[in-house]
Amino acid sequence: MADHLSVHDPRGYPPKVTGKRLAPRPSALDGKLVYLVDCLFDNSAAFMEQLRQWFAAHLPAVQIQVITPRESWIDDADMRKKIAADGNAAILGVGL
Amino acid sequence: MTSLLEGDGVPSVAVHTNVFARVARSTARLRGIPTLRQAFVPQPVVGRTAAELRGYIEGSDQVSGRPFMQEVIDGLTRPLDDADLTGATFERTTPRLLPRDTEDNLRQLFLDNRWTDFLPIVLPTEERVAAMLEGTSQPPDKVVGRMRAGNFRETWEYTVEKVAVNAVMAGARPEYLSVILALAASNTTSRQGSTTSMTCLGVVNGPIRNEIGMNCGIGAMGPYSHANTTIGRAFSLLSQNGQGGSVPGETYMGALGNPLAYSLCFAENEERSPWQPLHVQKGFEPTDSTATVFNGLRYVQEGFGPRDTWEAKFRRCLAATAYLPPLIVLDPIVARLFQSRGITSKQDLIDWCAQNARLPARDYWDDQWMQTLVRPRAAAGVEPYASKLKAAPDAIVQMYEANDINVVVVGGETQGAFKIFGANYVTTVSVDAWR
Repeated sequence: MADHLSVHDPRGYPPKVTGKRLAPRPSALDGKLVYLVDCLFDNSAAFMEQLRQWFAAHLPAVQIQVITPRESWIDDADMRKKIAADGNAAILGVGL
Repeated sequence: MTSLLEGDGVPSVAVHTNVFARVARSTARLRGIPTLRQAFVPQPVVGRTAAELRGYIEGSDQVSGRPFMQEVIDGLTRPLDDADLTGATFERTTPRLLPRDTEDNLRQLFLDNRWTDFLPIVLPTEERVAAMLEGTSQPPDKVVGRMRAGNFRETWEYTVEKVAVNAVMAGARPEYLSVILALAASNTTSRQGSTTSMTCLGVVNGPIRNEIGMNCGIGAMGPYSHANTTIGRAFSLLSQNGQGGSVPGETYMGALGNPLAYSLCFAENEERSPWQPLHVQKGFEPTDSTATVFNGLRYVQEGFGPRDTWEAKFRRCLAATAYLPPLIVLDPIVARLFQSRGITSKQDLIDWCAQNARLPARDYWDDQWMQTLVRPRAAAGVEPYASKLKAAPDAIVQMYEANDINVVVVGGETQGAFKIFGANYVTTVSVDAWR
């Protein structure tokens, strides 16, 4: 053991992770309002428009509304409040 | 944002491109919701036509292989199971000391865990770290700062001792520690996970430069100074380890990487500069010692002069620096030549650059960075971007505000050389506070 070294760990200290549950799911989307959240990445608006058109063609009973945060890379609390108040579900993209 | 909407009671699905699958899942786990519903289209979305994007939507999820829209609908409607209802609560620890082992095994451990930049390191033994801590009067357990690899990653914190550990690894000497601590106290990582391969640069001002033998002359940007090289490397190693990692595909997504990320720290040549030092511009006294952090460094232009056509050359360089504001680093010869041409201060040069860095609005906005990060602000009415967004495509718009442009004088006067980095000024931190 004489040739064994005692060495420091170079990593910082991580935060505690607290578990959170998913929101309750509806059994179906018919008659529900689904928000398409355009996260404002380059060309994500075009993607969301295609997604809106897909719902119109394939699931017309689902209400669709596109919404955008006030900026990219931020938590827009006002936008979330509106979605929670009016909407039944959300699809976010295209992020990361 | 998806996890926040779930917390608001809104069933949500996040759509990502497939190359981000690892980081998306890792981020969900670290937010306490490892079962966050996600769906994956092919990379890239940028530059794809409407028809191609429709093909993504009508195609397969790039991770599960199931139809993409089936994955989305299922994510919004599938009943919750136990894992969905509880999430994941956990605490991780990082020990102060690693299990004793041989030098060879420990070196391999550091490599395997990606705790290095893959250049040889000095193993941070207890004795070496204790010696390094002699370089500051601050207690080892004092929290220096916090970093995270990206906007949506968790924030880690680090102490004086952790900074000293990484300083030892970089080969730094105890007398450099106060500078490294000041850089660490900027709370700015030089290992940002951005796809744009951003990194940081440090500029040191004041008496500490000469006290520890920093180079502000020939070859100051490297690799020709023990102090410059190891201080910059210590900041880089601290960044990746202090924030809990910089792993490609998980916490680092830079498409090309950045050779400046190994080490980039130098001192301003205050003695040979005809102009006010950077730290005095930022509100410190000339006798204060400081470390200033810039981040970005995706674009670097360079040249010599100024000669008779310098204005045209600078306009080309500034336009090509798009779109982070210019950090102009120039040799004392260049500064003095500017003076002879009527640019008598850093502020004169900054003002000239602000007024002359211009592009047609069409070119200004046709950039992924601008579209993703700046255009939304412009659309929300934030000036000066809102006015530029309203400009006709052929109208000429100003690229930068004077307040965002910086000038540093460095170099050994063997040539009238300059570089222009695209780099945001972050902060200037007192080194004296960390002595």
